[in-house]
Amino acid sequence: MNNESKLDTVKGAALTNQKSTKVSHSVSFLNKKKWKEAGLFTLFVGPVLLAFILIVLIPFFTGIYYAFTDWNGVTGSVKWVGLDNFKYLFTEDKQFQTSFILTTKYTVVAIILTNLIGFGLALLVAQKLKTKNVLRTVFFMPNLIGGLILGFIWQFIFVKGFASIGQLTGISVFELAWLGDAKTAFWGIVIVSVWQGAGYIMIIYIAALQNVPQELIEAARIDGANRFQVLRHITMPLVAPAVTICLFLTTASSFKVFDANLSLTNGGPFKSTEMLALNIYTEAFVNNRYGIGEAKALIFFIVVAAITVLQVTISKKKEVES
Amino acid sequence: MGNRYTWRTSIVETLAILLGLVFLVPFYYVISNSLKPFAEILTNTSALPKVLMFDNYVNAFEKLNFLTVFKNSLIITIGSNIVLVIFCSMAAYMLVRTKKKISNIIFMTFVAAMIIPFQSLMIPLIKTAGNLGLLNSMWGLVFMYLGFGSGMTIFLYHGFIKGIPLELEEAAIIDGCTRFGVFWRIVFPLLKPITVTIVILNSLWIWNDFLLPSLVLQDPELRTIPLATFFFFGQYTKQWDLALAALVIGIIPLLIFFFTMQKHIIQGITSGSIK
Repeated sequence: MNNESKLDTVKGAALTNQKSTKVSHSVSFLNKKKWKEAGLFTLFVGPVLLAFILIVLIPFFTGIYYAFTDWNGVTGSVKWVGLDNFKYLFTEDKQFQTSFILTTKYTVVAIILTNLIGFGLALLVAQKLKTKNVLRTVFFMPNLIGGLILGFIWQFIFVKGFASIGQLTGISVFELAWLGDAKTAFWGIVIVSVWQGAGYIMIIYIAALQNVPQELIEAARIDGANRFQVLRHITMPLVAPAVTICLFLTTASSFKVFDANLSLTNGGPFKSTEMLALNIYTEAFVNNRYGIGEAKALIFFIVVAAITVLQVTISKKKEVES
Repeated sequence: MGNRYTWRTSIVETLAILLGLVFLVPFYYVISNSLKPFAEILTNTSALPKVLMFDNYVNAFEKLNFLTVFKNSLIITIGSNIVLVIFCSMAAYMLVRTKKKISNIIFMTFVAAMIIPFQSLMIPLIKTAGNLGLLNSMWGLVFMYLGFGSGMTIFLYHGFIKGIPLELEEAAIIDGCTRFGVFWRIVFPLLKPITVTIVILNSLWIWNDFLLPSLVLQDPELRTIPLATFFFFGQYTKQWDLALAALVIGIIPLLIFFFTMQKHIIQGITSGSIK
């Protein structure tokens, strides 16, 4: 071994030595860093995750369990009853079936009317009107007030206000006993929710309308398209994403309607306007049948989830096509 | 189209104003009748009050225990907003910046849970809340709003934070700032626009919420405005003079909030709904 090569070996050894210390150093450093990162992650995400697990996830999953039991919410005894609750709901509980059909009907009517009126209002106040800002505020205002108080306000309108207008004008629609009859009471809830929801939907449609390029519309007008054609072939396709959002929002809120239902009719007359949310509430907290209430709630969840997912998928597809 | 104010526009404007008036009719009935004595409400519902009378308001204010009720609503709404903003912005930030599978799973769980209707978990929630000692306490309610509001709030923050460039944070870290410091000093101030949106959306929801407080708060001293209104109506059914004044008192705080924050509210709804 000559000197040179010896030197090389020493160098090599030193080099490997250096390398190995570097590697071991970086391993412990990595570990430390990893722990630090995990700690930070927990510090940042932990608090809200804890609340979410305790308040949303645990109740949700124990709720699914209770749907298969005879829990009455008061005593400690909880017995597993399998599918009995669901059998009962589909074969015997007529009120649940009525509520279900009623809620579906209500949701369809409310979605269509809220969106049509909301879009109409948006088209109206998107024009160059002198009073457009005031009008936007006016149409939006019912939205600030919660469904419960709105229901009470309208209770007065239906009971006293309509009667008084009927007396003054002699128009028979106003002379009906609105909340005392199953059919008109249903429409009463529809009127209240459309009156409230249209303004919110309007804001979203206004934002969408403002994003439609003016040049496109002007070009189409010059080419001889009339107002309706412009609306149908230019405006509508361009606001399609907003339609998706608005349909989603109205579907979700209509299916879950509770406050207005409670304060306006409380399900009456004779439970004829009791929607699903109110029906579940009554089953659990008035009749103390938590197990059955939970079974209803589980069906309710599946329906709401299926509708919203389906609806978003369909509208998204439509958006791409147009 | 053009910029000229044409005949057509003026006709449209007139129609729009008429429609606006129709929209306001319920408010007219409630306010004008709240200023009448009971007998006049029954006989002259549509007319303007003969004399403005504020007795109903004085009465309803006392019977509603309005100051306490208003204070409760305020504490719950402000408290919930603070915890939602602090903890959800922190969580969303970490979920965006940590490129790991776990971040994605946690985020998707928060988002997916948004479709759970309240009714399908309220029954066991009351039991769980009872075990945790959260019932009949405003702070318990605030904790619940943190849980229920987290999905939407984290979703909005998450989308916004994705658009913030990393360079700023890297520079701050080189200057010796901790991750915690980076978030509160650099990132959080940048989140202001979306924070305003979130606070508005959550405030309207929490302030108006009825069902959850009705299940959680049993003590009459803890009632919020919607709760107090509900019990007031039960107690004074058909005593329209008092009831209408109570309704007006109940909506005044919101109207004040709206007129001071109008611009932000409209913006908040617009940006909050774009998912």
